[in-house]
Amino acid sequence: MELWFSEPHTPNVRLSIRVDRQLYSGESDLQKIDVFESPEFGRILVLDGYVMLTEKDEFIYHEMIVHVPMAIHPQVQKVLVIGAGDGGAIRELAKYPEIQQIDLVEIDEEVVKVSKVYLPKVSCALEDKRLQIYYEDGLKFVRRKENEYDLIIVDSTDPFGPGEGLFTKEFYGNCYKALREDGIMVNQHESPFYEADATACMRAHKRIVESFPVSRVYQAHIPTYPSGHWLFGFASRKYHPVHDLDEEKWLERGIETRYYTPRLHVGAFCLPGYVEKLLRKVEIRE
Amino acid sequence: MGRFNQARAPIYEALEEFRKNRIVPFDVPGHKRGRGNPELVELLGQQCVGIDVNSMKPLDNLCHPVSVIREAEEMAAEAFGAAYAFLMVGGTTSSVQSMILSVCKKGDKIILPRNVHRSVINALVLCGAIPIYVNPDMDVRLGIALGMKLSQLERTMRENPDAVAVLVNNPTYYGICSDLKSIVKLAHAYGMKVLADEAHGTHFYFGADMPISAMSAGADMAAVSMHKSGGSLTQSSFLLTGPKVSPGHVRQIINLTQTTSASYLLLASLDISRRNLALRGKSEFEKVVKLAEYAREEINRIGGYYAYHSELINGDSIFDFDKTKLTVNTLGIGRAGIEVYDLLRDEYDIQMELGDIANVLAYISIGDRERDMERLIGALEEIKRKYSQDNGGMFTQEYIEPKVAVSPQNAFYAEKESLPLSETRGRICSEFVMCYPPGIPILAPGEEITAEILEYILYAKEKGCSMTGPEDAGIQRLNVLKEEWM
Repeated sequence: MELWFSEPHTPNVRLSIRVDRQLYSGESDLQKIDVFESPEFGRILVLDGYVMLTEKDEFIYHEMIVHVPMAIHPQVQKVLVIGAGDGGAIRELAKYPEIQQIDLVEIDEEVVKVSKVYLPKVSCALEDKRLQIYYEDGLKFVRRKENEYDLIIVDSTDPFGPGEGLFTKEFYGNCYKALREDGIMVNQHESPFYEADATACMRAHKRIVESFPVSRVYQAHIPTYPSGHWLFGFASRKYHPVHDLDEEKWLERGIETRYYTPRLHVGAFCLPGYVEKLLRKVEIRE
Repeated sequence: MGRFNQARAPIYEALEEFRKNRIVPFDVPGHKRGRGNPELVELLGQQCVGIDVNSMKPLDNLCHPVSVIREAEEMAAEAFGAAYAFLMVGGTTSSVQSMILSVCKKGDKIILPRNVHRSVINALVLCGAIPIYVNPDMDVRLGIALGMKLSQLERTMRENPDAVAVLVNNPTYYGICSDLKSIVKLAHAYGMKVLADEAHGTHFYFGADMPISAMSAGADMAAVSMHKSGGSLTQSSFLLTGPKVSPGHVRQIINLTQTTSASYLLLASLDISRRNLALRGKSEFEKVVKLAEYAREEINRIGGYYAYHSELINGDSIFDFDKTKLTVNTLGIGRAGIEVYDLLRDEYDIQMELGDIANVLAYISIGDRERDMERLIGALEEIKRKYSQDNGGMFTQEYIEPKVAVSPQNAFYAEKESLPLSETRGRICSEFVMCYPPGIPILAPGEEITAEILEYILYAKEKGCSMTGPEDAGIQRLNVLKEEWM
């Protein structure tokens, strides 16, 4: 008997992963949550039918969404993470002793519960003493904050579903306000490859450009995400994502990473020509 | 338990039955269940085009209902607490017009507040009745017209004892209710009928702790926009009648202007929505109120904005307030409501129901989600941060008392000429000018154009209000009555 999990990447393309068994299936108030065990990718977390992470390639995503801004900002003390109930981003942040406080805002408590039980390799830092978890709408949480955070990480799902509000101009503007004057916001930025994803990507970029003085996009290669080519947004009130990189300082910390290196950091901001072109289209300010 | 089982939906059931029988269509509509128009099927889906059918024996006929439509109307009447209910397919505009045409004829006087919907005055053009306006009370700070004061209404009735009816907004676009029960008592004492425009009041019949509905207040007729807060398809509506109104007479009036090919999509949507509200309306509207209350609290916390609520109630011109309405006064951030309305749409992809000079209004209904409300609140916060300015020089909407010179019908059919706006002062307008939404006339056919009115038109245009009505869409010119007709 063969069991396959399939995710449509477009109406005409799907990715299928052979699974050994389904470890969990449940429905929260907001979405359907599934966990599979697979021979190739280890455990897989699926929300509403879309792969959120697999044990085999999640390190790429989580290292890139955390270490890039951490290598730029000289002194991050207070971090806000929105989404990310699986705990992967928290695991990476926990490697920095200078961080004093991490606020995690996850709209769906079930995701955290399921991750704690079924994805221990990802959720291992969810008990960190510096972490405080809030179960509420990210947009609502950030709206009430002003001049508080050094870093905001937006680890959202796709912009079609409960994560929709995290791709809006009001959200990015609220983040800008919630950051200290040299704060950085990093966000999951969708993929430039397939048309529907590329549209979402351009919309998000446009909204961020309108909200922040510095807004750049960087990339990583994540095998289980549609097209495998994934983007992140780097928006900041002050720092440049490449010029302000202090390679030595980051290396001195001795943080172990498998994907991220300061050399890759610089390269990640060099985008393919067609992606640069896509982004440039929406960068023109009126 | 009433006479009917409200869990039934006779029109919907008949359509389902009809679908199963696979009747061969040699009647209209010509698309024949969509086969003749594949692009239409692509757009609407087979389910939808398959029930776009004509009146026939098993499906009854709206012009003269005897079976399933009649039953659906009787069930609706029971659900709304009315003596009879008519399913309407021409929008609430058709309900309002049928209401007026049922009680007024040429030369009759009808008492109404100025902040009526344009459909009311259009009905007067059709039937030749003469409007007697009661000035609605104004809230100068909020820039909105309120309900009618009972004392003022009584004076108007005393001065016009020959008027045949009073029309009341229950509530206004902004959710403000007059003292309907006392108005009914007063009007009936004068022998006048009471007509209620309940375009924004469907939920009053089903929600808990809502302002009084027209039928429970004893009004004679009510036009109820089921498609607004009731959830049916756009253009579907109910006309309700009280015990002293002859349904047969009203049916004749409706049939004067109503289509003989009523859409079963609209009729079925009325039937299903009535069922939904009868069964679940109370809990659904409880959620709506909760969401609106939450939003008001959060928006007022931002500062600058004022999302108003029952604290406005004054026992007279604001006798009651519809808690599902989310109206936000924006003058505190130095921006006109229409400016915030445009920013929300253009910059934040949020479409509001209306923006006027001082307010934006969000229509909260049974279809709203908490996360969308968070977007609206977040966007308002952002607009304040990025666009607020000193609020000197902001002007609120003043109530401008209309001067009715000739009846709307006479003005509409009189000979006219087109003049540049600046030369129209003192002349009689033959057309409507209104800010849309909310569609309350600044000028109606038959009214004198004053300096004050011209100033208001220019200001509203400058602020970007969508001005409609005149033949000249840019409102550079107005049609006025030729001098010999004045």
